[in-house]
Amino acid sequence: MTPKVRAHLSQNEPLLFERSSPGKIAYQLPQLDVPAVDAKQVLGSENVREEIEGFPEVSEVEAIRHFTRLSTWNYAIDHGMYPLGSCTMKYNPRINEAVAQIEGLAWAHPYRPESLAQGSMEVMARLEAALAEITGMDAVTLQPSAGAHGELTGILLIRALLEKRGNPRKKILIPDSAHGTNPASAVIAGYAVEHVPSNAEGGLDVGVLERIVDADVAALMVTNPNTLGVFENEILRVAEILHARGALLYMDGANMNALMGIARPGDFGVDALHLNLHKTFSTPHGGGGPGAGPVAVKKELEPYLPVPRLKRSGKKWAWDYKRPRSIGRVRAFYGNFGVLVRALAYILAHGGPGLRNVTVDAVLNANYLRKKLEPYFDLPYKAPNMHEVVFSDERQAKHGVRTGDFAKRLIDYGFHPYTVSFPLIVHGAMMIEPTETEGKRELDHFIEAMIAVAQEVETDPQTVLSAPHGTRTSRVDEVTAARKPVLRWK
Amino acid sequence: MYPENFRYTKEHEWVRVDGDIGTIGITDHAQNELGDIVYIDLPKPGAKFSQGGTLGSVESVKAVSDIYAPVSGEVLEINTALADSPERVNADPHGEAWFLKIRLSAPGEIEKLMSAADYQAYIGAEK
Amino acid sequence: MLDACGVQSAEDLFAHLPDAVRLKRPLDLPPGMSEYEIVQYFRDRATQNAPRYASFLGAGAYWHYRPVLVDTVVSRGEFLTSYTPYQAEISQGTLTAIFEFQTMICQLTGMDVANASMYDGSTAMAEAAMMAVRATGKGRVLVARSVHPEYREVLRTYTRHQGMAVEEFGYVGDAGVLDAEDLERKMDPLTGAVIVQSPNFFGIIDRVKEAAEIAHRAGALLVVVFTEAVSLGILEPPQGADIMAGELQSFAIVPSYGGPFAGVIATREKFVRQMPGRLVGQTTDTRGNRAYCLTLATREQHIRREKATSNICTNQALIALMATVFMTVYGKRGLRELAEQNLAKAHYLASRLKPRFCGKFFNEFVAHSPGKTPEAINQALLKRKIAGGVALGRFYPELADSMLLCATEMSRRPDMDAVGEAFA
Repeated sequence: MTPKVRAHLSQNEPLLFERSSPGKIAYQLPQLDVPAVDAKQVLGSENVREEIEGFPEVSEVEAIRHFTRLSTWNYAIDHGMYPLGSCTMKYNPRINEAVAQIEGLAWAHPYRPESLAQGSMEVMARLEAALAEITGMDAVTLQPSAGAHGELTGILLIRALLEKRGNPRKKILIPDSAHGTNPASAVIAGYAVEHVPSNAEGGLDVGVLERIVDADVAALMVTNPNTLGVFENEILRVAEILHARGALLYMDGANMNALMGIARPGDFGVDALHLNLHKTFSTPHGGGGPGAGPVAVKKELEPYLPVPRLKRSGKKWAWDYKRPRSIGRVRAFYGNFGVLVRALAYILAHGGPGLRNVTVDAVLNANYLRKKLEPYFDLPYKAPNMHEVVFSDERQAKHGVRTGDFAKRLIDYGFHPYTVSFPLIVHGAMMIEPTETEGKRELDHFIEAMIAVAQEVETDPQTVLSAPHGTRTSRVDEVTAARKPVLRWK
Repeated sequence: MYPENFRYTKEHEWVRVDGDIGTIGITDHAQNELGDIVYIDLPKPGAKFSQGGTLGSVESVKAVSDIYAPVSGEVLEINTALADSPERVNADPHGEAWFLKIRLSAPGEIEKLMSAADYQAYIGAEK
Repeated sequence: MLDACGVQSAEDLFAHLPDAVRLKRPLDLPPGMSEYEIVQYFRDRATQNAPRYASFLGAGAYWHYRPVLVDTVVSRGEFLTSYTPYQAEISQGTLTAIFEFQTMICQLTGMDVANASMYDGSTAMAEAAMMAVRATGKGRVLVARSVHPEYREVLRTYTRHQGMAVEEFGYVGDAGVLDAEDLERKMDPLTGAVIVQSPNFFGIIDRVKEAAEIAHRAGALLVVVFTEAVSLGILEPPQGADIMAGELQSFAIVPSYGGPFAGVIATREKFVRQMPGRLVGQTTDTRGNRAYCLTLATREQHIRREKATSNICTNQALIALMATVFMTVYGKRGLRELAEQNLAKAHYLASRLKPRFCGKFFNEFVAHSPGKTPEAINQALLKRKIAGGVALGRFYPELADSMLLCATEMSRRPDMDAVGEAFA
């Protein structure tokens, strides 16, 4: 098979400030149709600044070349697969971009009179309903702007409900396999965190839970399937234990790509969950954001949802601010509307049957990778996996190569690395999630690359340890970057 | 490798006692596990700690480790050279890269700590 | 592939799930739509929004021109569809652009260091408050009523369960600036953060220097918030601010019914390890070439987990990139000229009306008309396809007779004259 990678044109490009020349401009404003004013007079001379020292001064062609050249230094989904476990790096459909930019939606001011915002409100209402159906929950808030934001919102909702019942309780239980945002969010909500060890299969240990769920436990935060890609088969029993003792079950919905049309969190005992629209619902990562983290809840949590909520008023949508039990706002305005449009476009494009196909293909792809890679990599947990699979670097470590090094060599084969060293319960984790986007051809390329590097580890480990070799920069010195941080140009 | 006149904790701190002054640092095993040290977060002089309390933390690029007080006392002096050169902790964890000096409030606590030989056995068993 | 997995059909891969959790019916969603139908659906929604009205709405989201170059750059697949730059060797495009962003924010705000962006201005403010509390070890927060009302709501949600008491201090009724005496009265040694906004919610340049003196005397830090980033093109950055928290939507980010936007936190070097959010640093690679990478990651949730500076896992990278391109296109001269145009337009509009407050303002101000409610004025304006200002009664009962108006370089004289007529 022809390899994916060849050397390609990659130009050098200095920073904007280094290529600036005094007086160069890339803009042109129209003439004023009103009288100019004297800034010093109108603002007070002590309030008027000197020029912004060091700010760029480039022409339009220099600007476009600058950013274009920078862009060629990036890997992206449009180039090839990202096998990043837990990230669900699926294709970002361009129809999403096209509809989000339609003028009436893109330029609506959040404080427009409701009569002039019905289109936006209808979009949000439709998305709320679709997400409620997909998750099997009763109500959805679209306000949280990211997964972690959603987690915080979810825990605050749980707290509000428990406070109403008389006792907010003291701690949140979090599996040791959980994503770092889980404990960080719990702490902001004012809870202490207790870690729950996984059982020998890497799942929730029902025996341990029976022992530790007491009157101080407000909730358990679970990811299902868990961060090993394995479905928590005891989830109904877990929910039972929690509910019997007055606690709630929160689900981190990062792995929703494994469940659509197959199983719904609302049907297996979840009281609240967040979704990651930038994972399951294809909105683009854009180099690190924006995303959105809607929260879906059962009806007992509905009164506490962030304010305002959409309500039907005759034939129109309206914002309901009369929500006395709401936890308040988690951000200004209504949420990442532009991201919501993209997610809705994705849902409309797939429809019910299409979303189920997404999940089936995602699970098939991950299982195919598992079977093909199992002969070469240590698989610490043998339970059936769903949309992702986690190997460990144990075999490679014997030759002095760890997961991080292996990942760097994968870059030379034209792939972004898998998720390195997460979850923490696997020593030297190699977490792989292909998503449904990848066809057999790309998957086979990936398998070949993984096997080739595995062989190099045995025959020529030095090449792996000093990788990547074909990229614009070689390994960067993260130690000096942390010891002597240089965080701006001077 | 591990000085005889130091005492050691299970969390890989060492303390050297001279009279009622204790000098504290982290062991060679600890710096090796952490990798290249980038930053050390230390308390201010005057701060008081009980045995086992969190003194501060040590950071590498990808990990943070809390430092726990081997004995109770009041902070007298911190090693300011570490702010500019955290790499000294990797180079000389038992000597030049001491973290802080405290005045012991309960000298008897030393008895509960490990000797060099015990510590060496402990880290051998950990593997 | 099925053979390789050892199954007859892909359905078998789900056989291990407990039967009780399986969904036994199809999802109740309509079948998939074609691309054309999807476009049609959203076009219809857009039409319902009645675009093409002139707008004098501000209050935290602003109507500014977006240079064409912005979308040209951000729609490149290498930026749009790339992941967080954890693997520095194949993300130098994103990392370099963020480093430039961080630099430009420092240049604009006069601060030493800026992060790679937060969700938005409101959460940036809440996180800045948490940061000030961490840095001082003191949990009480004083916030001015002249700060955006929704921002103050978010602050309360975030601080409620962290042992941080939040109290408000007032504004002066005629000038529309913060009441320094009220701040002084409410100040105490337990206060870790004082939060003010400038230009404030009423558009007025606030008394930042006085607030700084009061805060610092009591050992608290001053957090200064901004919602209209264009103001920094002409206004002197606040003296005495320890932390700045702001909203960058004005820099080529579509208002999009409230999001996605990008907030930012900028601060003094001594507070950098208390700062939440991603940071990009400069370093070298093994060949000695300059390179960039994410750094000081030990502040963050994926390493420090429950002891992290924040739970944040995003930086609004694509949105920050829009702002970066905007700042590049306008540049040193352009941002100044843009701000001057905003000043001229807003002061022209104000000359046609009567500003409620006498304080100096940038491109927003509060106005009222004796005998006419803001709702009635706005109704009249809608008939002329103009969206008037934000009626303030919903936020400030004492200002229920007034509205907050914003004029930018996009505002046209005939529309401003029409507003003047509606107020007369």
